[in-house]
Amino acid sequence: MIRNALGRELPESIPGYGVVKPFLGHDKRVPEGNRDGGRIKATFGNQTDKVLPDIKAAIAASGLKSGMTVSFHHHLRNGDYVVNMVIDACAEMGIRDLTLFPTALFGVHKKLIPHIKSGVIRRIMGSVNGPIGQLVSEGGMEEPVVLRSHGGRPRAVTCGDVHIDVAFLAAPRADRYGNLSGVGSKSACGSLGYAFTDAMYADCVVAVTDCLQPYPIGNVSISQLYVDFVVAVESIGDPAGIVSGTTQITRDPLRLLISRYAAQLIEASPYFKNGISFQTGAGGIPLAVTAFMKEAMKRREVKGSFGLGGITGYFVDLLKEGYVERLLDVQSFDLEAVRSIASNPDHVEISADWYANPWNKGCAVNMLDVVILGATELDKDFNANVNTEADGALLHGIGGHQDTAAGAKLTIISQPLLRGRIPCVVDSVYSVTTPGEVVDAVVTEYGVTINPRRQDLIDAAKEAGNFPLLSMEELLAKAKDLVGPMEPVQTEERIVGVIEWRDGTVIDVVRQLKAKA
Amino acid sequence: MRLRRTMLYLPGNNPNMLLRGHLFNPDGLVLDLEDAVAMREKDAARILVRDVLRQGNFGTCEVTVRINGMDTSYWKEDLEAVVPAGIHGIRVPKVEDPKDMVLLDETLSEIETRAGIPLGKTLVFCLLETAKGIWRAYEIATASKRVTAIIPGGEDLTADLRTNRSAEGTELEGVRKMLVLAARAAGVDALDTVFPRITDDEGLRKEVGFIKQLGFDGKSVIHPNQIPIIHDVFTPTEKEIEKAKRIVAAAKEAAERGLGAVSVDGRMVDRPVVKRAEFTLIRAGLSEEVLS
Repeated sequence: MIRNALGRELPESIPGYGVVKPFLGHDKRVPEGNRDGGRIKATFGNQTDKVLPDIKAAIAASGLKSGMTVSFHHHLRNGDYVVNMVIDACAEMGIRDLTLFPTALFGVHKKLIPHIKSGVIRRIMGSVNGPIGQLVSEGGMEEPVVLRSHGGRPRAVTCGDVHIDVAFLAAPRADRYGNLSGVGSKSACGSLGYAFTDAMYADCVVAVTDCLQPYPIGNVSISQLYVDFVVAVESIGDPAGIVSGTTQITRDPLRLLISRYAAQLIEASPYFKNGISFQTGAGGIPLAVTAFMKEAMKRREVKGSFGLGGITGYFVDLLKEGYVERLLDVQSFDLEAVRSIASNPDHVEISADWYANPWNKGCAVNMLDVVILGATELDKDFNANVNTEADGALLHGIGGHQDTAAGAKLTIISQPLLRGRIPCVVDSVYSVTTPGEVVDAVVTEYGVTINPRRQDLIDAAKEAGNFPLLSMEELLAKAKDLVGPMEPVQTEERIVGVIEWRDGTVIDVVRQLKAKA
Repeated sequence: MRLRRTMLYLPGNNPNMLLRGHLFNPDGLVLDLEDAVAMREKDAARILVRDVLRQGNFGTCEVTVRINGMDTSYWKEDLEAVVPAGIHGIRVPKVEDPKDMVLLDETLSEIETRAGIPLGKTLVFCLLETAKGIWRAYEIATASKRVTAIIPGGEDLTADLRTNRSAEGTELEGVRKMLVLAARAAGVDALDTVFPRITDDEGLRKEVGFIKQLGFDGKSVIHPNQIPIIHDVFTPTEKEIEKAKRIVAAAKEAAERGLGAVSVDGRMVDRPVVKRAEFTLIRAGLSEEVLS
């Protein structure tokens, strides 16, 4: 057993994962050597059409065999048909033992469970949630899942930790020569940010589209340079699940209260000045924080530089109204965002590599001033857990949590202190996703709790004096007072999940849940 | 002088809200055992409210309980449970007879004596929800020293007036004016009824502006999101604050020099104006300037 920098006990090697490199600290590991890469291919003038008749033909042409690694992006979110479609075809063709390497999986992918049970899928590297998360947590997969952040994933690909054999890229619009676009069709999803690294580094790239247009299309996200084959299908996804309608600001008073405190903290911080950049995501609290920040920006005549990450219509309005100069969009959440990225040159599509990879020549999160994040639990050292639920089951992916926390100058986790009777602040989190060294403040309905290593922020908050400040000890005491002690999670020794820090070191592991008596 | 701009109703059968209501920073809380609680839940709510009161985590809020009406069989039990648990006051629904205030006063005194609470500590907030109650507002407000505020009803009162509630509040205009007059004559606070349309922020802002101009000290609140809006309207403007500061400073200086009369901006200012100016500073959250 070894201990990483957070004191978490880890084995030296994990079956199905390999040698464990323990987490050293958030910016301690630096790369050596050269980038990895896909196979070099030649395409001559006599090959001018990459369209194949169906998925099975593309699988056959790609050379995909049992035991290989296949990748997918999650821009179609809960509307996606492509992952299930491809794995069904693999199963029918007798391909087994695949490593599934998606950028994320959603509820719609619970249809993969029979393929996991029958051995078509042997391993998943990517977030598992809902029924698949439960299955994995109860020991239903041979090999542990590997959880990586949005930046950790392209890092793993570009440095060769993960080699993609075939990338199947859902494309809302494509031409016969493999130019792909995320806009301008019924299945439009906006940015194709998460697909770029897969397109560039996979040995073979298969585009799956339901809108095949004559060469060349416009608004190209991923170009013909990277795409081997194109398959047209009836439908790649359900538009209702791909993008949401207009997102409303919450009216839940508790969430509004938390959002107000978070916005007041931002306003009190040294970053609230012209040129401020921020990422707030699409959840109820973050969106309300953005609304309160906008009020403050208006009142104090502050103009921001850019909004980052997953983009909503609310951010599009900020751009239109001049509160930010640019949007850097790795994922477009709603119809407004999709419309905007297709037409506004200041709404820029960025790849996950550009967004968050710590091992390139500078990713966008490094330029970020403020990020608002959530967490299922936090501990007295400000370590955050976003991967497992209070019952110890794998529930969420890491998303950009680690990357933005590490990059932003002010990382705020905003969360109600209680979800029902489950406290969000505990002595020690069940599993660590993001270390306290990159978390600056926690905001709950009881007020703002600032990491003691940020004395500058504590001073700024005291000077502002318009929101309650309480120490982590006080917050923890409050949580304990309200709900009493929690029963510890009962686990087996067997490791079912490995949580990597964005640099490829292991920050924590998740163990198999003990079967309930 | 205590700020009562916002008094937030919390359903007496909802532990989540009872525990967290104070976090929204209203000036006061009204833990409700009356309308928010169904008949078959009266006992359970009374026990819950008592236990939450015993914990006593309400920040700086003035804590009151709306008991069941004195025409029901519950009101005495309500008082027995909540007064010893530690509260600032009782909100009594449907008051229309000054004699009830005398009876209430006696009952509270008995409970206070038994519980070792200073006699007369428990204040009374009277809800006047009938035409008769409004008509006798002054008598009710002066029937017991405990009475600290009178509050008009909303729905019940308009029904009793044989009309209904409109967006403009025309039907309550005369009532509100009478109530402020009675409150000022009796030396108690005038607190307004709730604004029922919880998503109509603009309507709320307009109504609060109106009742503030009539002379009301605050408003009952049924949704936490209404609190910042009401506080905003009741918060004095920079100009008002500056003027109030000058008046208070001049009064202080005059007192120090042993002068009776105070002059500000070339005009004589008497004691009620100074009091008003002090109140403006309290509303602006500058009470330290008044006390010093």
